[in-house]
Order: sequence, then structure tokens, then C-alpha cells
Amino acid sequence: MLKKLLVANRGEIAVRVIRAAQDLGIATVAVFSEADRDALHVQIADEAVNIGPPAAKKSYLNQSALLQAAAETGCDAVHPGYGFLAENAEFADACVAAGLIFVGPSGEAIRTMGDKVAARSAAHAAGVPVVPGSMGRVPDIAAARAILMETGFPVMIKAAAGGGGRGIRIANDLAEFEAAFPQAAAEALAAFGDGGLYMEKVIAQARHIEVQVLGDGRDAVHCWERECSLQRRRQKVWEEAPSRALSDRVREELCASAVRLTRAVGYSGAGTIEYLYDDAADRFYFIEMNTRIQVEHPVTEMITGIDLVAEGLRIAGGEPLRLTQRDIVARGHAIEVRLNAEDPSRDFAPFPGTVSDLRVPGGPGVRFESMLYAGYTVPPFYDSLLAKLVVHAETREAAITRLVRALKETRIAGLRTTKPLFLALADDPAVQANAVHTRWLEGWLATHSARLVPELEP
Amino acid sequence: MAQLLSPLPGTFYRASAPDKPPFKADGDAVAVGDVIGLIEVMKSFHEVKAVVAGRNIRFVTDNEEPVMAGAVLAEVD
Repeated sequence: MLKKLLVANRGEIAVRVIRAAQDLGIATVAVFSEADRDALHVQIADEAVNIGPPAAKKSYLNQSALLQAAAETGCDAVHPGYGFLAENAEFADACVAAGLIFVGPSGEAIRTMGDKVAARSAAHAAGVPVVPGSMGRVPDIAAARAILMETGFPVMIKAAAGGGGRGIRIANDLAEFEAAFPQAAAEALAAFGDGGLYMEKVIAQARHIEVQVLGDGRDAVHCWERECSLQRRRQKVWEEAPSRALSDRVREELCASAVRLTRAVGYSGAGTIEYLYDDAADRFYFIEMNTRIQVEHPVTEMITGIDLVAEGLRIAGGEPLRLTQRDIVARGHAIEVRLNAEDPSRDFAPFPGTVSDLRVPGGPGVRFESMLYAGYTVPPFYDSLLAKLVVHAETREAAITRLVRALKETRIAGLRTTKPLFLALADDPAVQANAVHTRWLEGWLATHSARLVPELEP
Repeated sequence: MAQLLSPLPGTFYRASAPDKPPFKADGDAVAVGDVIGLIEVMKSFHEVKAVVAGRNIRFVTDNEEPVMAGAVLAEVD
């Protein structure tokens, strides 16, 4: 078992990791920037170290400051949380080189799954369906033309070194393709210093479905799937487990494929394998693996009763997987919504400020993951996530009813938040019927956002 | 002399990207509506536009410096 853990993150995930470690009897060290002196994670950790100025680059992304904090406080392990350095292979390697345990997969596994082409090849080799397209970098336009036979149109041309939606072009016919391919190569070279391209069939309408996995470097299990189709600008806002869209047969195939891939890459810790699910064709396709704990992990915890962060800490401490696949049973339905400091009636403009009053929802089946307290000032330098409201009930319908009840109980005074968005979504027939896809929410917002005016309570 | 204030709390940037020239160099003239910088608030970027015109802009806030809403970013004559 780990003895002392440096939590290299902030916000709600730092709080979540510190709590899991303390539950296991592991001492905790928080790190904080000068903008986070009053943060909850600093208050609840056993120790806390100032790692620099507010800018993330100079604090939460400063590898040497983090490693120095770990050394000075006698930590034997580092947990990266999500975001910041969580999927940075060099940081994982640097931790190991400094004699620390990195809570997560090896730098090698992060590198493989972080490279889109390598990840796609690994998935294909493990028998995981991938979106039709190139199996790696496309050497030239002649090879690209041959791949069109498989993908058809529209086809996506992506920069191998791109990310976050950057470096993507879509061609709707051969003429567009002939023009776009050389342009994309030149642009990728200019923007990323790497002109490598790959190609993928465009799946017009799909759901985002992902499988939670746990691996110990040798064996792996899945903890069922989550559906996160409600997204805005590729950011998830509402997540559920399980997905109502899948048949039992497809669910079993999907989860089994995730386990095969997790084993194939010798994955250690908690991870997520993301897929697109095409309802019309009843087929799923691998998109990518996230080699870290995810924001939406609690919905899986609610339906399985597993503490995923604690399991990750046990695995990092050298324990083999404690759970067999048979032990992992999904019960009921869970929904998480992300309460962000944003005004949904004003194009989600950020709204940092001071929480003048806080009422946290409670009762059966309600969980509130947050770093807020009354009087806390949310700094403007980091992301806008204030709290994750997670509900669990016997059925999806009951979970939605409970979500509305809990949202109405919630009061985060002094800030504008995305609460009105979730009240409106919970009331929408398409959401109630789960008749959604990854682009549904943006269309819905175009006609509904003006009505999502948050109350601003004193 | 007039002051140009930050409309938002966040991190001030003088250029649209690290490898781009600043929107305004010290000494430039400024017209109403000119972009003088960006404020990054919770990972989203907002243009700061001059609300007064003037000559000889002088930046008081450095690039990548944290600011509060209402902080003086620059002065013009």
C-alpha cells in the first residue's frame, strides 16, 4: 500500500483523490498555486505545498515544482487527477525516474494510447472495431484514394499530431478531397511540425459511449459503460450509466472489446475506452482511450458500488485486481450533471466570483462532488467546474426525477451556474426518451439557450 | 490621460498566440473598438477592446499576468 501521496491537481478532483487516499489510510499532500491558498483541497489534505504563481504553466503544469514538493514532503506516490499532467507520458516517466510511483499507467501506455494512429492500430490488433479509414499514417494521395473505397463520403482528414478538434477537414466528394488532402498536409506541417495525416469515415449521427476499465498491468476488468452524448463544443455536460441505447448483446460485445484492448496494452489503473455508437447501423467504433480517471467516473461508481479512485490507489500500491468480472454488477441508473460557473443564457460566459451561500442537496441516491464552501472565491484561472451532481435510482426515469429534486435543493449563491440548463434538459421529451446524439445539444441550445437565465441570488 | 481597464478577472495576454506579435505595441495609437489584448477566464478567451481612443498606449499589465476585473491594463494620452 502507498504511504504518502502527492495530489498533483486542484479543484473537485483533488478533493476526491484526497478523500479516497485518506479512506485507505494514506497520508496526503496537496499542492496549490498562489490563487488557491484558500482552496478546499489545501484545507483537507494532511499537508500542503505552494508550487507557484496562478498561471497553470507555472504551478500545476510545473513538473519540477511538483517533483520537488513530493521529495520535500517524503511522498512515495503522485496522483495526477485529470487534466493538467494526467496524460503526460514524460511526467509519468519523470515520477518513476525520481523514485515515485505514478498512480496510473506507464509512460509507455500513455504514449501509445495518446498517439491517435498508434491507439487505432492497437485497437484494431486487439479486435476492437475502429471507424473505417486508414490504419495509420497515409503515405501519399494515391494511398489516400484507395482508402476512400472503404470510407466513402463524407470523409474526415485529420492531422496525426492534432487534437481537441484542431487539424480536421471534411471532404464531401472526390473534388473536395483532391483539394483538401494536400492543404491538410501543409497545414499540419505548419501547425504541428508534423505533416502526417490519417483518414476516417464521418459518422453523421452517433452516441458517445465509453467503457470504464481497471487494469493491473496483467489482467483487466470492465465496470460497464457510460453514455455521454450530451455535449457542447465536445465537452460533456451530462453523463449516465448505463446507456439505455444498447441491447444486452451489444453491451457485452462493447465491454469485452474494451477489456481486450486494456489487456493488450498492459494497462495499469483506471482508464476509459471511448466509442461512437451508430444507432442506425447498431455498430460501435473505438475512438480513443483516456489513460486517467475521468470527470464522470462517479456514475459508474454509483451503479457498481466500486470506489474507482481507491482501486486505482490499491493497484498503484502493487495489489493485483481485487475484483473479478463476475463481482462487478450494475444496479439501477445514475446521472451526473456538471455545474459550471457559466451563464447558459449568455453563450456560457464564464462567471468566477464568490460563493455567498451554499446549500448542498442530500437524501438517498444523491452525491455532490465539489470543492465549494460558503465564502469561497472561485478563481478565474482554471476550469469552470464547480460541482458534479450525481444521482442514482432504480430506473432512468426515477433518476431524472431525483435529479430535478436535487437540482432544486441546490443553491450556489453569488454565481451564475449551468443549473438552469439541467432543469430544462430534464424536462425535455428528447432527453427523457434518450433520443439524443453527440450533436443534439448544440442544436437544442440554438433555440433554447435564451430561456436558460440563471437566478443570481445575493 | 485615460485608462483601459480589464472587463473580467483572469489572465491578460497581449497577443493572440505566443508566436504572434502583440495587438498593440507601446507607443501605438488606439481607436475605440481596437483589440488591445485577451483575457483568459476559465479557459475561454475574451477580447479586450478599447472603449476610449488615444495616442501613445503604455501597458501597465504585463503579458500573461493575472488581473482582477477593473484592473488597469494600459494608459493612453
